[in-house]
Formats: sequence, C-alpha cells, structure tokens
Amino acid sequence: MSDMSLLQVKDLSVSIDNELPILHGINLDIKPGETHVLMGPNGAGKSTLGFTLMGNPHYCVTEGNIIFEGEDITSLSADKRARAGMFLSFQNPYEVPGISLSSFIRNAYHAQTGAPVKLLAFQKSLKAAMEILSMDESYADRDLNVGFSGGEKKKAEILQLLMLKPKFAILDETDSGLDVDAVRTVSKGIEEYQKKKDGALLIITHSTKILESLHVDYTHVLVKGSIVHTGDGTLVDEINANGFERFVKED
Amino acid sequence: MSENKQIVADIDRSLYDFKDVESESDFYRMQEGLTEETVLKVSEEKNDPEWMRQFRLKCLKLYNEIDIPDWGPSIDGLDMDKISSYVRHKSDMKGRWEDVPEDIKNTFERLGIPQAERESLAGVGAQYDSELVYHNVKDEVAAQGVIYTDLESAMWGEYGDMIKEHFMKLVPPTDHKFAALHGAVWSGGSFVYVPKGVKVEIPLQSYFRLNAAGAGQFEHTLIIVDEGADLHFIEGCSAPKYNVANLHAGCVELFVGKNARLRYSTIENWSKNMYNLNTKRAIVEENGIMEWVSGSFGSHTSYLYPMTILKGDNSKMEFTGITFAGKGQNLDTGAKVVHQGKATSSVINTKSISKDGGIGTYRSSVIIQNSAKRAKASVSCDSLMLDSISRADTIPGMDIRTDDADVGHEAKIGRISDEAIFYLMSRGISEEDAKAMIVSGFANPVSKELPLEYAVEMNNLIKLEMSGNG
Repeated sequence: MSDMSLLQVKDLSVSIDNELPILHGINLDIKPGETHVLMGPNGAGKSTLGFTLMGNPHYCVTEGNIIFEGEDITSLSADKRARAGMFLSFQNPYEVPGISLSSFIRNAYHAQTGAPVKLLAFQKSLKAAMEILSMDESYADRDLNVGFSGGEKKKAEILQLLMLKPKFAILDETDSGLDVDAVRTVSKGIEEYQKKKDGALLIITHSTKILESLHVDYTHVLVKGSIVHTGDGTLVDEINANGFERFVKED
Repeated sequence: MSENKQIVADIDRSLYDFKDVESESDFYRMQEGLTEETVLKVSEEKNDPEWMRQFRLKCLKLYNEIDIPDWGPSIDGLDMDKISSYVRHKSDMKGRWEDVPEDIKNTFERLGIPQAERESLAGVGAQYDSELVYHNVKDEVAAQGVIYTDLESAMWGEYGDMIKEHFMKLVPPTDHKFAALHGAVWSGGSFVYVPKGVKVEIPLQSYFRLNAAGAGQFEHTLIIVDEGADLHFIEGCSAPKYNVANLHAGCVELFVGKNARLRYSTIENWSKNMYNLNTKRAIVEENGIMEWVSGSFGSHTSYLYPMTILKGDNSKMEFTGITFAGKGQNLDTGAKVVHQGKATSSVINTKSISKDGGIGTYRSSVIIQNSAKRAKASVSCDSLMLDSISRADTIPGMDIRTDDADVGHEAKIGRISDEAIFYLMSRGISEEDAKAMIVSGFANPVSKELPLEYAVEMNNLIKLEMSGNG
C-alpha cells in the first residue's frame, strides 16, 4: 500500500473561468505520509493548483487528470473530494456569520463520516486541539472566522485539519501574514497532523519559516505555471539562501 | 358559549358542502363574493352583539368605498368575487387535545406543532379555517387572572365592554380597503387580557391555518397587557397548497400598558398562492416595551408592516424580522414606528432572502413627531440574493420632526458568494447544505430570538425553501 500513490497529478493544465491559462502540464506524485512543499514566486500559480486540486469550479482543467487513491477525481465536486479524504487550508478563509466554528466543524465531520457526532467526545477533542494551537476556547462559539485576526483564521484552518483528519491536506500559504509566534504555533499543529496520522501534505508557501521544524520529503519549484525543479527537503534551505532567481533563469 | 356553538353546528350544511374533495366534506361555505347578505350571515353565524353587527355593516360600506392600494406589489390576481369569506369546521371549541378530531390533529402534527406544548406552554388556541377548534389555558395562568379565549364568546362575557372599547380602534376600518374588509367579515382569533402586574412566565401560542380552496381568513387578535404586566404571545401560521387565489386579511391589535412588556412572535408560512394582506399594530404607554419577532415565509404576495406607536414617554420598540421570497413570490415586508412620547426608542433589524426569481422588498417608515424629544431610532436591513434572477429592494422612509433625534440607518444588499459556498464544500458539505448553512447563518439573528422549537421549525422551513420543495 505504501508504494501506491495517494495523489497523482498528470499533465495538468488549468485556466480560470475558461479564459486565462495559468498552469501548464503539472505532474505530481504524492504517497501516503509524504510531505511535499510547493514554492515559487508570487503569481506563479501556486494557489491555483491548490484550488484546482480541491475542485473550485472557477478553475477549469483543460488537460490532464487528478487521481486520488487510484480514482480519477478530475470532475468531482469539492464536497466529494473532501469526503474522499482531501482538505484545503485556505489562504483567505471565508467569514460565515451565524455559524459557530464548533458547529461548522461538527457539520463537516458529520458530512464526511455520515455518523452522528457524539457531542461530549467531540467537545473534548476540540478542546484538546485548540490547546495545541493556543486558541482561546471562546473561539469555538464565535461565528466562523468573523472578526478573527489573520492569525486566528489560520489557526482555525489548522484546527479543522486536526479535527477532520484528512488523508491529504493542501496548506495554502498558511504562514502568510503571521508573526513569528503564530507561525510556530501553526507549525506545531501541522507537526501534530504529521505525527498522529499517516497523512500526506502539500504545503504551498513562498517563504520557509513554516518549514523549519517540519520534515519535508520533496520540494517543487513552480514558476510561471510550470514545475521547473523538484528536489528533496534540502532545496528549501537553498531557496531560503538564494531565492528563486536560479529557477526563474532556468525557465 | 357552548350552547351558542351548538346552534351553529346544527345548521343543515348539505347545501354548501363540497362533496368532491373528501377533506372538505366537513366544511360548508358561504356563497362566493361579498354582499350585505353575506356580511349579515357571518354576523348571524358568529352570534354578534348588535354593536358588532352594525360595525360590520359600516365596514362593508367603507370596503366598497375605498380603493385598492396603488403602491406595492400587484394584487390583480386577487378576485374578491371568488373569495368565499367564511369557511368553518364543524368542530366545536375543544378544551382537551384528546377531543380534537383526528384529521385536524394529523394536519397539526404534519406542521410539527410540538406535543410538549401542553407542558411548556400556557395555552393553545389553534384556528382551523375560521373557527377556533382547540383552546386550552393552563390552570395556573387562568388563576393569575389571565384571560385567553376566542373573541366571539368574550364579547358576551365580562370583558365585552373592554372589547367594544378596543376593537379596531388601533386599526380603524378606514385605514385601508382590507382593514375595512376585515371589519366586515372577521371571524375567529384570540382575545388576551393580562391584568395589572401579572407576569405570564410561559408563552401563549396560537396557530392559524387556512385549509380550503378559495377561502379567505380574517382572524382578529386583540391583546391587552395592562400596567406592569408581561406576556409573550406566539402566533404561527401555515397552510397547504391550493390553486385558487387565497386571501388572508387578518388584524392584530396590541395594547401595551404603562411599564408593561409584550413580545409578539410570528412565523407565517402561507401556501404559495396566498395574498397576505395582514395588518398588525401596537400602541405602547409610558415605559412600556413592545418586541416583535416576525418570520415571513410562503404566500404569493405579502404586504406586512407591523406598526408600533410609541405613545408614552420612554416607551421602547424592537422589531426583528426575516422574509424569504422564493419562486413566484413578491413579499413586501418591513415595519413602521411612530415616536410620540419623549425619549422613546426603536430598533428595527430585518433580514431578507430572495431566491429563484423571488422579490423581497424591505419597506419601513420611521416617524418621529415633534413631541418625541430625544427620540432614538435605529434601522438595519440586510438582503441576501441567492442567484442573479432574484431581486431585493430596500425602501426605508424617515420623517423626523425634532432636532435632537438620534437616528441611524444601515442597509446591506448582497449576493451569496460562490467562494463561501466552495469553502464549505471543501469541508465535505454538499452544495445544497452549504447554501442552506449560509442562509441559516444569515437568519440566525432572527432564529435566536425565537423559542427553540420555533427556531428549529424556522430552520426546517429554510431548508425546505432551499431545496426547492417549499
């Protein structure tokens, strides 16, 4: 089983609303338990790849396939992908008034498992996960992301990651806009996910702060919609030192 | 009282019965259209005192004189000649749930009226078509001197003079054509009197329903909350679907005494062919508090603007409302407030949802009269459109005649965001559920004002509307 791919992206080309082509012939192969990092300069198409993998209807696959656990999910809707075990931590999570964070997670949990949620056990594990993320308990009862600071929004995303326990999670710029302490906290949450579950990760970032304490198996560099280089975890350090210049030139 | 009802029940209804529809076999109806003969017949059926008989005739005259409104949604589809004004179930007044006929019970159960009401609620007056069929006031509430009964029998009792003094004084029949119509043919409804200083701990509730094709419903609710008293009254309405244009022209008159408080909660869910032309009005004395919670679902066309007159100094009003306009619906709703007393304050918060081409219009009027020094008024209306073919309009009116009023107004109109839907779907929630969650969240400020079981019912209604099965 461990040799089998969890997620395969084959020659994937994507345009937004059938107009602007953004991604060209992307290939990825992610196995269970692996952590992949996707780096690249602003505007390279990193978030586009995240949204496309999760099934945002505005992003149209013009060529290629997305295979998850051996099944072609290219045309599946986002909710079905989530129920198959995929997760996307949003760069800009949406504010939804009138739904509390905890009831949102409970609803999502129920939608994914189909099982009734045992309230006490749920609250207990929610509390434990919030502690890991140094989130004040009061956030559980607050409207989803409404009035949350940038840091709290990202923590709320990682909280969902820990509660929903997906097989594969895409973290889109989870570190952007966070101060050093918040990055450390969020990173702790991601570590917890890596530890507890044989979960795979695709971490999208253009900085390296968040990766300092995380084990990384592969690093991909995305420039102008194409993966121009793939290396192991040490590539992160090189990019940290020299930036993307070398890859942009290569292109 | 029961003797009077017996006479009604004994009338030979074979002439009027509709035999072709089984569920209507227990009903008889007046001849369609509105004539003096019809009005007198209603009066006779209701066993009116003479003053009421005269009042009905006066109202009929006014009805024939006043034009239909020349503003708001079209009511051209409403043919008054086709509206039979009076449908009555043969069932008599019932004090015990066990005695209510099985078919009526079934309908109520399908509507989800909670069984727990007998324990948790003080009394139930549920109107089936035009007649009160079920009525129950808990002993301890009655022991506090609270009167909760049907208006017809109350006119003959010790509160007859009180009713005569208040009936259609707040909503005079000259107000508009449908108020005049109501005065002429009203039937059924509730009378509540809460004596001085009495705080009714548990809400009184009443369900109104309309259950026959081509039948109008004209129930009258008269509530008097005396000085320092406190009451929560819940009115719930729903009706099944029919093809013939239906009319609802009810009237609610609320009198809130000095230092008293009245909370009036409504969920209306009329069938999608209903013309809902309801008039609700409250008058509040010194230091009194009037609270409205209003959920408007269903109906083909609605005109509904509960009005509050803040007569006494320091009196207060709070209105929280939600309207859901789906396919083919044109719902024109809002609130009115007139500040008369000094340091009076009003808060209006409304939410409007429109979907599948539905039109939701928020219309309000805030009047601060010259006498209302240091008045405060705040209006906030949010509209959410669920697609590009639906419509939301906001028509807030303000007439301020003082120079020291503190007035705020905020209006937001928006469309449901695809990105927010995607966000919820990325967590495994289906598109339909995601939309319903966003809409329920939008409605939450209203549902949290409702008692739990009604909040649940409202969320179910939203889900039903969202799935297109409303």
